[in-house]
Amino acid sequence: MAEMVKKATRESFGLAVTELAAENPNIVVLDADLAAATKTEIFKKAYADRFIDVGIAECNMIGIAAGLATTGKIPFAASFAMFSAGRAFEQVRNSVGYPHLNVKVVGSHAGISVGEDGATHQCCEDIALMRTIPGMVILNPSDHYEMKAAVKSAAEYVGPCYIRLGRLAVESFHNNDDYHFEIGKGITEREGNDITIIATGLMVSEAIKAADQLKKEGISARVLNIHTIKPLDKELIWKAAKETGKLITIEEHNVIGGLGEAVCGAVCEKCPVPVIRMGVQDTFGHSGPALDLLEEFGLCASNIVKVTKEALKK
Amino acid sequence: MNQSEKKALQITACKVRMGVIEGTFHAKSGHPGGSLSAADVFTYLYFKEMRVNPKNPKDPNRDRFVLSKGHTCPGLYAALALKGYFPWEELKSLRHIGAMLQGHPNMLDTPGIDMSSGSLGQGVSAAVGMALAGKMDKKDYRVYTLLGDGETEEGQVWEAAMFAGHHALDNLCVIVDNNGLQIDGSISEVGGPDPIDKKFEAFRFDVQVIDGHDFDALERAFNHAKEVKGKPSCIILKTVKGKGVSFMENQVGWHGKAPNEEQYQTAMKELKETLTGLEAE
Repeated sequence: MAEMVKKATRESFGLAVTELAAENPNIVVLDADLAAATKTEIFKKAYADRFIDVGIAECNMIGIAAGLATTGKIPFAASFAMFSAGRAFEQVRNSVGYPHLNVKVVGSHAGISVGEDGATHQCCEDIALMRTIPGMVILNPSDHYEMKAAVKSAAEYVGPCYIRLGRLAVESFHNNDDYHFEIGKGITEREGNDITIIATGLMVSEAIKAADQLKKEGISARVLNIHTIKPLDKELIWKAAKETGKLITIEEHNVIGGLGEAVCGAVCEKCPVPVIRMGVQDTFGHSGPALDLLEEFGLCASNIVKVTKEALKK
Repeated sequence: MNQSEKKALQITACKVRMGVIEGTFHAKSGHPGGSLSAADVFTYLYFKEMRVNPKNPKDPNRDRFVLSKGHTCPGLYAALALKGYFPWEELKSLRHIGAMLQGHPNMLDTPGIDMSSGSLGQGVSAAVGMALAGKMDKKDYRVYTLLGDGETEEGQVWEAAMFAGHHALDNLCVIVDNNGLQIDGSISEVGGPDPIDKKFEAFRFDVQVIDGHDFDALERAFNHAKEVKGKPSCIILKTVKGKGVSFMENQVGWHGKAPNEEQYQTAMKELKETLTGLEAE
C-alpha cells in the first residue's frame, strides 16, 4: 500500500507526464505562461528541450500542438481550463477535433475552487464545451493516483483528449500505485442500494465522505466515480438506475452541459429515473477561499448528505 | 529558370485554373477568386519548390504545405490532382455529399492534404507546429503555409508570427496571397491589415514582396527564402483575384460564388485559348 498523499491533481499531472516522458520520447509539453500554476514546470525542469512555452497565446498553443501532432509527437497543451478549453474552444474543435489529432488538451484550475481569482478564471463550462466535440475523450480524475493513471492512459490512447485538473490539494483515497484505470470505465467506490451518488473529479471524495456518513445513519448510498465523462460508462449508470431507482449527480461545473446532463441523457435512453443535479446552478462564481466557496455552492459532503436525505423522503 | 521550364509551369497553372472552374461549377458553390489568384503559387510549390512524392504522401521527411486560407482549396485540389495524388475526376464531385474533396481541406480523407484547415488564422499555427517539430527532430524538411491578405486580420496569425520569429523558425515560409479583396470589399476598406510586410518584419521575418504571377520572381523569392538563416520567411504575393478568367478579375463578387453554365463555358473557353496559346508558342 502506498502512502496517503495530499496533492492537487495538477501536481499529479505534472509528475505523471514527466515520468512518462522518460519512456516516450514523443511526449512534448506546451504551456501558455502558466507553467508554475499548471505544474508543467516539473516537466520543464526535466525536459527543457521538449517543453514549449508559447507565451500568453492559448489559441496559437492549440494550433502548434496540432501541427506537432501531425508529425507523430504527443503534445500535452496546458493552461487554465478557462483558456485551453474556453478561449481556444474553436481551435480545439477545428484544429484538433476535426482532424482527430493526438493532442491532449489540459485544463487546470477548473471549477470554482480556483478561489480568490474569481469568476473570470472559474471555468464551469469546460466539460460542456469539450463534450460537444465529436471523438473527444474527457477525463476528470479525482485524486493523485487516479490522475497519474489517467495521464498514462491518455498518452497511450491515440486521439484527442481533454484532461481536467484541479487547483486544490486533495487527500488521495485511492491508495495504490497499481490502481487500475480504464478510459470509459467508471468505478463503484461504495456499494449501496437506496440511492446512487454519481460524482466526478474533486467531488468524488466528497461523495464518499457523504456515503460513509449516510451509512452510519442507516442509508445505503452507492457512489460511482465517473472519471471519464466521455465516453460515458452508461452500463454502470443504467445498472445503478435500475438497482437504486434514484440518482444524484455532483460536479464542480455548471449543471448545464456537464456530468449531470450526460447522466440524464443516458438514463432517458433506457431506464428513466429521477436525477438530482448538484453542481454550479447556472451562475458565475466569485472570489473567496476555495473551501468556503465549495461549501457556499453546496459542493461538499455535508450538503450531499442533506440532499440525499431529502431525495429519499420524496 | 529556362524558358521551357517556365512554359511548363505556366501550362500547369492554366490547368489548375481550369480545375478551379471545373470544381466550383460542378459544386455550384465554392471560392474561385482566391483559388485563381493563388493558382500560380500552388503550381510553383507542387511542381518546382516542394520535396513531395504523391506515391508516399505521408513521408515523414516531406516538405509540408498548410492552406491556411482553406476556402481556396479548389486550386490546391487541382494542383494535387495534376501532381498525381488523386484522379482529376474527383474535382467534379467537389463539395458533393460523400465526396472526398470537402468544401475546406480535410487531412483525414484527402491524400496530399497535410492539415485540415479553413477556419481562418488557424493553419498558420499548425504550420508553426510542424516547423517546430522539424527543428526538434533535426529534420531538413520545410513548411509552407498560404494565407489570405484578409486572413491577416485574424489575431491568431500574429500570435503564430510572434512565436515563429521568436523561435527563429527558418524552415518556415509564410506566403500571403495579397489580392487586395475580401468578402465585404477591399482589404483597405474593411479590415485595414496594411502594411502587412512591415508587420511581418516587426515579428522578425525576412520579408519579400513580389509579383505572385511571375514564375521567375517566385523562383527568386523561394530560393532566397531557403537561404535565410535564423528567421522565418514571408513572401507577399501581389496578385489579382480571379486571375486568368477576365470577367472574374478584381471582382469582389467572385470571392465565393460559382460560375453558372454560361459563365462556366465562357471561362473554360478563355482558359483553353490561353492553354492553346501557351502550347503553341
